[in-house]
Amino acid sequence: MYVYDKYDQQIIDERVNQFRDQTRRFINGSLPEAEFLPLRLQNGLYVQRLAPMLRIAVPYGLLNSTQLRKLADITRRFDKGYAHISTRQNIQLNWPQLEEVPDILAELATVQMHAIQTSGNCIRNTTTDQYAGVAIDELTDPRPYCEIIRQWSTLHPEFAFLPRKFKIAVCASTGDRAALYNHDVGVEVRVSDQGAIGFRVLAGGGLGRTPMIGAVICEWLDEPHLLTYLEAILRVYNQRGRRDNKYKARIKILVKAMGVDAFREAVAQEWRAIKDGLNTLTNAEIERAKSFFNPPQYLDVDTASAQSALREQCRNNPTFSNWVARNTLDHKVDGYQIVNISLKATGYAPGDITDAQIELVADLADRYAFGEVRSTHEQNLVLADVHQPDLYPVWQALQAAGLATPNIGYLSDLICCPGGDYCSLANAKSLPVAEAIQARFSDLDYLYDLGPIDLNISGCMNACGHHHIGHIGILGVDKKGQEFYQVCLGGNQGKDASIGKILGPSFSQQDIPDIIEQILSIYLQLRRPEESFLDTYRRVGIDPFKERVYAGDD
Amino acid sequence: MPAMIRNGEIVEDRWLAVNTEASSPAPQQILTLDQWQATAEKSGTAVQLEPGQPPTPLFDHLDSISLVAINFPLFTDGRGFSYARELCERGFKGELRAVGYFIRDQLHYLRRCGFTAFALTEETDLSAALGSLGDFTEHYQASADQCLPLFRRR
Repeated sequence: MYVYDKYDQQIIDERVNQFRDQTRRFINGSLPEAEFLPLRLQNGLYVQRLAPMLRIAVPYGLLNSTQLRKLADITRRFDKGYAHISTRQNIQLNWPQLEEVPDILAELATVQMHAIQTSGNCIRNTTTDQYAGVAIDELTDPRPYCEIIRQWSTLHPEFAFLPRKFKIAVCASTGDRAALYNHDVGVEVRVSDQGAIGFRVLAGGGLGRTPMIGAVICEWLDEPHLLTYLEAILRVYNQRGRRDNKYKARIKILVKAMGVDAFREAVAQEWRAIKDGLNTLTNAEIERAKSFFNPPQYLDVDTASAQSALREQCRNNPTFSNWVARNTLDHKVDGYQIVNISLKATGYAPGDITDAQIELVADLADRYAFGEVRSTHEQNLVLADVHQPDLYPVWQALQAAGLATPNIGYLSDLICCPGGDYCSLANAKSLPVAEAIQARFSDLDYLYDLGPIDLNISGCMNACGHHHIGHIGILGVDKKGQEFYQVCLGGNQGKDASIGKILGPSFSQQDIPDIIEQILSIYLQLRRPEESFLDTYRRVGIDPFKERVYAGDD
Repeated sequence: MPAMIRNGEIVEDRWLAVNTEASSPAPQQILTLDQWQATAEKSGTAVQLEPGQPPTPLFDHLDSISLVAINFPLFTDGRGFSYARELCERGFKGELRAVGYFIRDQLHYLRRCGFTAFALTEETDLSAALGSLGDFTEHYQASADQCLPLFRRR
């Protein structure tokens, strides 16, 4: 992974000092609250319902074991001994003290971490495929481009006071695991027939109050122009995006209002002025970025004997066998496997992880996975490079720590924001809904029979839980001070992305597990062989679900 | 004369703030874009841009304009940051001044976008604010005072 040099270190150290001074001035009253607000947000600090929340950046989801141990230490010393993985692959602390935040940032800086631009109306953490570098369907490694974008967007002087937040995702595989079509900008890395790298650039996608699928604004952008083109997009947005209404301020509204062609032309015009300038990427820079993501020293293994040993272990232990089948994936290198660590055990908030669990994962990473871990936008963790003969001890350790729930990709592996229990923006709680669903659908055979289902829960319109792109989405709404839940169906992330349709009037919290069960049983009745929930939904539409769920309501 | 920051020092301001009422502007008066466009002689002029007024009309006169002021009615409205960069990239060498409600914690970014002068709000402690100009000594991006991005220098 990327390693800081003296420049990177100097920049984040200076940021800590800057924020320490800002916090001091806020506490002594010389920096008014309204002025401190955007400054603290750009350092990831929210003021929440019960305490501040600090969102720590995990650039494109990559962590090393040293960083994990530091995070565990921070959760013990400054928080309540646990952390939360967000849907932007970041890590959140729910209980820090405002006056201690500069000290937390200083601790993070010692392990090359920070909280820069994890909130606020600026360019946020760039996200990517959690299987970058190891996925079988990958065209090239997206991470060098993520790192190039990270550096360009970090403390960019021009784009710190945008109309609204701005999120970029990068993906370089056949399947899209980074929700490219639901980002302000999606960068799809492509490889030409001649082997040249280029980018398809999408703009104007998003979730939130007005979910939209991004439009292609550049079919092929040559590799060196990545930053100047992004800069041109940001310039158009910064100057023309709406600032009169925060709900209409995202780039998706601008793209829609201008029309895709006019927006594309405006970007082209801005680009002409800066194209081929000094921000044009050099070969040396691209090579430098790539040099941090060279494959680790994979062992040369006797693949056949490793696989037969694994088969033997699976035969002897059905629980292990099931975990291998559900939570691990084939690796592009023979003899290796990708291991998903499920943070979706029933009874625990989705995406939460304790200090001891973090340290265990760090130890496993050191012993079995070249010291690296990824966080995913589905709020799980990944050990990307596990040698097949090590799967058994990895599983044993995860199992003992409650980190081996074999549910990756199934209903109970749901995405859920912290909701009204923590977040001051939320209209409704989301965690109890998640827990009730996980408790109702804990029978694994039933889950496996249902097949892969994305169930996503958000506690408000801001859609941190990505409810619009869940096959089943649940949105908390406030009706006259009471919490209700709207259900939508048919959303999807990926290259055939779609936005879920609202089923109908909302439900009370206690009814949600029954409603979900009804929806699932309708699917089971209607499905054809080999059809997933999404396939069936796309074939039959929303009406059969609507009719049955609301039958008898009149 | 009110005090302000110019080129890293606290100085007295020689220019008069915009006056939308004035039919025949005084010398040393900063003009609104409308007033400036109505002025035949652009040499030595000073003009103020508001959010929503991109600098495009100034591009043909950058050599003759002495001062461009960019107004920030609210510090969270960042359009002026882009206006400043566009002016600099097209070669404007006069005084580029931020006026209105912006805050000392933005000075560093403003400077990097090309602003050379800062007429901060009256309540601002200017000598303390000077410290914020240099919040960072290293940056990833190219900017008005460093034309090479870090990747061309490391």
